[in-house]
Amino acid sequence: MDLLLDAIVLGLLVGCFYAAVSVGLSVAFGLLDVPHIAHPAFLVLGAYGTYMLNRMGWDPILAGVALMPAFMLLGIAVYRFYYETFERRGSDAGLRGLAFFFGVVFIVEVGLVMVFGVDQRLVEAPYIGKSLAVGDMRLPLRLLVAFAMALVLTIGLSLYLSKTFTGRAIKAVAQDETALRLMGANPVRIKQWAFGIATAVTGLAGALLIIVGPVEPTIDRVYIGRTFCVVVLAGLGSMSGTLVAGIILGISESIVLTLLGASWAPAVSFGLLLVMLGIRPQGLFGR
Amino acid sequence: MKSIRLFAAWLSAALLMAAATAQAQGTSGQPIKIGIGIAQTGALSGGGKAALVALQLWVDDVNAKGGLLNRKVELISYDDQSSPAVTPGIYTKLLDIDKVDLLIAPYATVPTAPLMPLVKQRNLLLMGNFSFQVNHTVKHDMWFNNAPWNDASSWSDGFFSTGGRLGATTVAFLAADQEFAQNLANGARELSKKLGLKTVYEQNYPPSTVDFSAMIRAIRAAKPDLVFVASYPNDSAAIVRAVNEIGVGPSVKLFGGGMVGLQFTPIMESLGSMMNGIVNYNTYVPGMDYPGIKNYFERYSKRAIAAKVDPLGYYITPFNYAIGQMIEQAVTATKSLDHKVLAAYLRKNEMKTIVGPIRYGPDGEWASPRVITTQFRGIGDKNVDQFKLPGKQVILSPASVKTGEIVAPFEKARK
Repeated sequence: MDLLLDAIVLGLLVGCFYAAVSVGLSVAFGLLDVPHIAHPAFLVLGAYGTYMLNRMGWDPILAGVALMPAFMLLGIAVYRFYYETFERRGSDAGLRGLAFFFGVVFIVEVGLVMVFGVDQRLVEAPYIGKSLAVGDMRLPLRLLVAFAMALVLTIGLSLYLSKTFTGRAIKAVAQDETALRLMGANPVRIKQWAFGIATAVTGLAGALLIIVGPVEPTIDRVYIGRTFCVVVLAGLGSMSGTLVAGIILGISESIVLTLLGASWAPAVSFGLLLVMLGIRPQGLFGR
Repeated sequence: MKSIRLFAAWLSAALLMAAATAQAQGTSGQPIKIGIGIAQTGALSGGGKAALVALQLWVDDVNAKGGLLNRKVELISYDDQSSPAVTPGIYTKLLDIDKVDLLIAPYATVPTAPLMPLVKQRNLLLMGNFSFQVNHTVKHDMWFNNAPWNDASSWSDGFFSTGGRLGATTVAFLAADQEFAQNLANGARELSKKLGLKTVYEQNYPPSTVDFSAMIRAIRAAKPDLVFVASYPNDSAAIVRAVNEIGVGPSVKLFGGGMVGLQFTPIMESLGSMMNGIVNYNTYVPGMDYPGIKNYFERYSKRAIAAKVDPLGYYITPFNYAIGQMIEQAVTATKSLDHKVLAAYLRKNEMKTIVGPIRYGPDGEWASPRVITTQFRGIGDKNVDQFKLPGKQVILSPASVKTGEIVAPFEKARK
């Protein structure tokens, strides 16, 4: 019973981490419909940026926050290039859009290998390697930090998208681009801004990635399946859904790991996804 | 008439001499080509890049001495991307297009395995490069591995013999769900059975595992005496962190065994004091002294820093330099590049290398394995230089290189 309780609590913490690394994709893929398979590669880029700043004495979370403006500009530049070369010409559909982001993945991976080498990198912080004792339970502080940051990110993004003019414009561009254009707004600029926000969030989520575990240039491949699963499970574009879906995935994996064995854990994400697509194709919080 | 005959004889002699000179120039002018496909990208590239630095260092050394058989040595390498799928294609190109004279196997087990049928079919000498049991079923008689192990038990023998001396009765296994780690864990399970240990926890985890907290918690609940872990670098670092956070409990006498990655400088530097007490396999640690090894590491380190690879390189790189030394010794002694002749020499003679003398068994693995079992002691944080000092990894076995006794239980050794 103790083990099951532990599994649920640890699953909750890991699930919030999954939500944090997926929330940027929820904007880029869920709201903007951009096949952004380079999202995990950007996470790794954020992790390496955090690593560099941590070597200079920065706290990893602070480093992640500091990276956000630069990532915002990166996101805007990447979307602009994608728009000019694909979307504007109407060639973004299907494999061509995917091929573009596949190319971005390889550029990021090779760039990281050339600059940092291929070895695993970790960061140091007072909350890494320590835990909080609650009775017989030990809660790793790094996961508690990831949990808190996931809440901040998802709640912050939810508020931004629902309470601000630009946020509502982003939601509008996802629903009806033509109508937005008729209202006098430029949908390309709105999408560019939204992609910038999605990438800025990735900078901070990358910091969480390297706080939770070691990274190497190709670790993005581990997260492609999980992040897309969380976003689709949540219902495309739902921030609160992303948090709930991440938690469901984390707890399910943790319980399966404890009761059935770790080898079954990866099957959980896609199993859940298949069940969800069968029962509720629009996802948990999709409309 | 006589003068015509004399002229014809002179002309024939001149032509023969010219032909002989041309042939001699052709042979001595062409370099001896050594081919290798080795990971420069992908999961194995950390070791592959460092290994290539070591091999190139040997090539430069041997060329500075005039080469082999009065010919320069040239290393031709291709990136195998850590993928077994591309290995046969790379080696076919090396043999048929580049026309290499000798072959060195890729770094690690997975890319080497698909190469074995090719070299056996073509009857070629292959110098193995840190792979594990790839010749076990192929039984190629021209295979010689540089790694200091032979069968699966040679990896974990030191861990379990130390555990046996501590009176252990129970064991927990945590292993990555991949071929190499599973082979390693199988060898460990056999040794565990021989010791009569009861398995109280057994978990194979997939390579995509993000966090190990739940598994470490389950191990703590199982209260084992020994915890044998067969893991890959990323997992090893995450497991060590989780152990530090969750704790494995006071019952555990030994923790570690087959954790790949705790030999690599960037990971050791990052984990620092969290590694204290862990008992793990290794191939070389400071304090083991062989002729030429100190000088090798001084020169390797400079090149490694420039190449952005493991700056200390204790685990793999001296064994790669040793491949070159073995080729050098065999070619020089036999004055031949014939693969059969070289293989016969390697089989019969003791090889003198910077990692000590090597003798081969009938399967092309080390006749006397020398995997060392070490315990991390007195490790501090944020200090690479400490790993250059003897005593930071105390050698528990084998007896021939032993430098200290085990400190147990695990919790005590961590203090």
